[in-house]
This record gives sequence, C-alpha cells and structure tokens, in this order.
Amino acid sequence: MLLSTVSPVPVPMHIPDGFLSLVVALIGWVVAVVGIGLALWRSREALGDRQVPLMGVLAAFIFAAQMLNFTVAGGTSGHFVGGALAAILLGPWAGMLVMTTVVAVQALLFQDGGLLVMGANITNMAIIAPLVAYGVYRGVRLLAGEERWGLLAGGAVAAWASVVVSATACAIELGFSGTSPIGVALPAMAGIHVLIGIGEGLITLGALALVSVVRPDLVEAGRSSARGGLRWVWAGLALALALTLISPLASPHPDGLERVAEDIGFLEAAQDAPYEIIPDYVFPGISNEALATIVAGVAGTIVVFGLAVGLAALYRRRAVSQA
Amino acid sequence: MHIHALDSYRPAESPVHRLDPRVKLVLAVSLILAAALTPERAWAIFALLQGLLLVIELFSRVGLGLVQQRSLTALPFTLAALTVTFSTPGRPLWMLGPWAITEAGLLRFVSIVIRAYISIQAAVLLAATTPFPDVLWGMRALRIPRTLVAIGGFLYRYLFVLADEAQRLLRARQARSAAPDGRGGGSLAWRARVAGGMAGSLFIRSYERSERIYAAMLARGYDGEVRTMDPPALRPVDWAVGAVGLMVLAAVVVVGQVT
Repeated sequence: MLLSTVSPVPVPMHIPDGFLSLVVALIGWVVAVVGIGLALWRSREALGDRQVPLMGVLAAFIFAAQMLNFTVAGGTSGHFVGGALAAILLGPWAGMLVMTTVVAVQALLFQDGGLLVMGANITNMAIIAPLVAYGVYRGVRLLAGEERWGLLAGGAVAAWASVVVSATACAIELGFSGTSPIGVALPAMAGIHVLIGIGEGLITLGALALVSVVRPDLVEAGRSSARGGLRWVWAGLALALALTLISPLASPHPDGLERVAEDIGFLEAAQDAPYEIIPDYVFPGISNEALATIVAGVAGTIVVFGLAVGLAALYRRRAVSQA
Repeated sequence: MHIHALDSYRPAESPVHRLDPRVKLVLAVSLILAAALTPERAWAIFALLQGLLLVIELFSRVGLGLVQQRSLTALPFTLAALTVTFSTPGRPLWMLGPWAITEAGLLRFVSIVIRAYISIQAAVLLAATTPFPDVLWGMRALRIPRTLVAIGGFLYRYLFVLADEAQRLLRARQARSAAPDGRGGGSLAWRARVAGGMAGSLFIRSYERSERIYAAMLARGYDGEVRTMDPPALRPVDWAVGAVGLMVLAAVVVVGQVT
C-alpha cells in the first residue's frame, strides 16, 4: 500500500465522502471558509511575503512528520498529527493555514478524507484543533509564568486536547448526519482519541523540548504572531463549551438531510416515516434530557478548568516560596 | 525516495488524461455531490453511477484493479457507521445480545457504504489521471485563493524532499537501537520522546530550509506575488464533455429524487 508509507495508522478522523449529510457538509464548508479567510488575512499581516514559502515548507513538514512513528505495544504504533505543534510554533493563524493545506492535499492526492466533506475535515483538524491547542497552550503558559515546565506541559496538554476536541467534533458531525448515533459515536471517538492524544502529547513535548533548546527564538516566534494571549484562552474555552452544548442536540435528528428534505418538501415519499416511530422510541421528555446533558457538560468543563487553574496557582506559589 | 513512490498520478495516454483539469475537478466533485443527493435505497441510481464510473475507469487506462484497490482505503471508516444498524428504528431482523439489527438500519448502512465507495472512486480517478500541479492550477482557475494554492504547490514540491529527510531520521534511529520484533527499547514515554525529538529536529531542518528558499526567492526577484501563466482556454471538446457530464449527473439526481 503506497498510502501506508505516508499514514502508518489509518487515523479514524479523516471523514470520507458519503458519511456526512449534505447539510452538515455545507456547514463544515461555511466554518472552514470563514476560518481560512481570517487566517489568510491575519497571517499575511504577520509574515508578509515570507508567508508562502514558510507555510508551504512547513505544511510539507507536517506531512513528513506523520511518518515518524513509534512502537506503542505489540505491533501497534502511534504517530503524529502535528496540528498542535504547528499552532504553538507558528501561531494559531499560520497553524490553521498549514493544517488546511495538509488536509486538502491528503484528500486530493491520497484520498485520505473526502472532497465534498473536506470542509468538515478542515473544520475539525485545521480550524478547531489549532485554535483549541493554542488556547490551552497560552492558558498553561500564562499560569506558569516564565517557568520552562509551562512550555512543555502546555504543549503536551494542548496537543492532547486538540486531538480529543477534533474527534469530538467529528463524532458530532456524524451524529447530526444520522451516520452514527451520538450516544455511541461520541464516547467511542472521544475514548479512542483520549488514548491517541497521549501519544500526540508526548511527541509534541519531545519536539518542543528540542526546539526550545536548539532554536529558542522559534518558540517565541509563535507567540509574537498572535497578540492577545488571554483572548486565545477564552476562544479555546468558548469553543470547547460550544461543542459540549451542541453534542446533545445531535441525537434527536436521526438524519439531518432527510429532515431538511422533509421541510423543504422535495422528498415527499419519505421512506418508512421514521418520525412516527420516534415518539414511542426512547425520547419522551427529550428536552429535559438534552438540557440535563448540557448542564452536566458545562459544569464538567468549568470544574476541569477550575481544577487546572487551582493546581497551577498552587504549584506556582510553592515554586516562588522555594526560590 | 523517488517522487513516483508517493505520487498517485498514473501516466497514460487516454482521453481522460487529456481532459482539462478544471473540467475533471468540477465533474469529480459533481459526481460525489450526485451520490450524496441520491436517497437511500435508490439501488438503480447507485448502479447507474457505478456503471458510469466503470466506463470512465476503462477509458482512462489506469487499470480497474488499481482504482478498486485504492478505493478500499475508505472502508475502515465504515466501522463508524456500523452502529446505525442498531440505532435506526424499524423491523428487527436479528438480535445481537441486547441490540436488534433493524431492516431500516441495515439498508441505511449499505447505502452509506455504497455512497462512500462511489465517491472515493471519483477522487481516485481524478488523482490518477491528473498530475497534481495541474489539479492546483485547476483550483486556481476555479477561484480558490491564490495564496492557498501557492502554499499547496510548495507543499507538493517539498513533500518528497522532507519525506526523504524523515526516512533518514528513521534509518538513523533504527541503526542505533535494537528493536526485538515489535517491541522497542525503553519505556513508552521514552520512545515517544525520542520520536518527539525527531519531529523537533525535522521541524528545525524544515524551518531553516524555508528560510533558505525564501532567500533564494528574494535573490530571484520575489516580491510577495506568486505569478503564474494564465490557464489555457478550454478546448471545445472540454466544454462538450463538461456540459454533457453535468447534464447526465443532473438527470441522474432528478430521477433519483422522483422515483
């Protein structure tokens, strides 16, 4: 298999065509186009005419770096996705452009991910992942002050979070499309990627450890290309919250396209009329259930965020008192 | 590694290869769109689209086997859709423990897999019959932002250079570490950190290469604009193939919606 030299493990995150409903694919394109437009404009501002060669070569780097695998256990191997590293070292906007190009070429050249659903794949892996990664990274670095552990821990946690959040977004899209019920897809996708993300976090940590020693200027370069550190933290947190809010809503629609088709009325002969069956299916009082899930999700996010802030503050105070 | 080891383009003399990349790009995306618009269980429409693809595959002379084999790469993802066989309400067919596989669920699953398989064949055909630089200029002609296309061009140009670089890193690691079949030495965290160090050094090499490339571009008069020749005009045959292709696909979609 030629493909296996580029992508040693079929990462179950590149959605092929046919798995998303048309509506979800279009929404993916809208988000992707807005994100790419902003990223093109902002990174051009920061990089000027260096933009094209720098972004292009580093996009090729992400591709090549995905060949660097390591043995996990008994014949399986982990490898590297790179979205977080790109966002941290280049800044979020440039990171988005690099990842967009990678996702597009993966689809066009290697059929890794579909063409019509490319917007959704770009949204997951090239918009959401770098944004969340950068937000988490900035957050940890702000908490850590000038400490070196902030760079390493921030990078590792950011990489882990970016993988988990893109998988979550992928599961939500599959849920809205009626391809896979969210109740199954979300725990499965998030569960697998909670583990895959650990590998990503460790590799990103190793890469940052090396780069920060050999070319410390590059680590700070990503910082200067994105002003307003705290704003990125809020953006990352807001995005994570938004995904939590959306996920329970994905379940009541078994098939988004069918539903819209029904609404518009061009699909009069609805097959099987699934909406007669739903009332006595499982969802009596769905609104309360969805609300409960949303509340639980929001509470969980806040608790985790609060814990992180508390721990970091504690650690910092101890470091200061020791010094 | 030679460029051909990774590239999915298969050179051949065929009418499909000669067709304008813009037309091929539009037709491939339209065919995928047609598959997406075909309702579930419209088996006749699916068969029609698959037949259409087989005819193009024969005309393109890249080999039916190659297209089919490459198209299989999308199949692992069908695992993600397997759960619809249980979750779709309908007449239960078999019980699998506490879950019932329903008739409607099974038919939906089969429809999803067929749609995915049809779509990926269109993408495989596009990549196999069009050199990637041609796909890029086709995209630019279709108003994809110039900068994005230029970045894509650089990615393609340096992908193979950096893939070589990555393979040298992997070879060096292999030469220095004994790995009894399947098990690497050291702890998992240690192995991951070694891979991380390799990624970091590859990043620095790539970054510094981009600086040299930028300097070389400046020395040759680069001013921030990527200038390219205007794409050639579409030949009459390109217009004809494009128009007929779109009309056929539109007809297929309409028939699929009505029946």
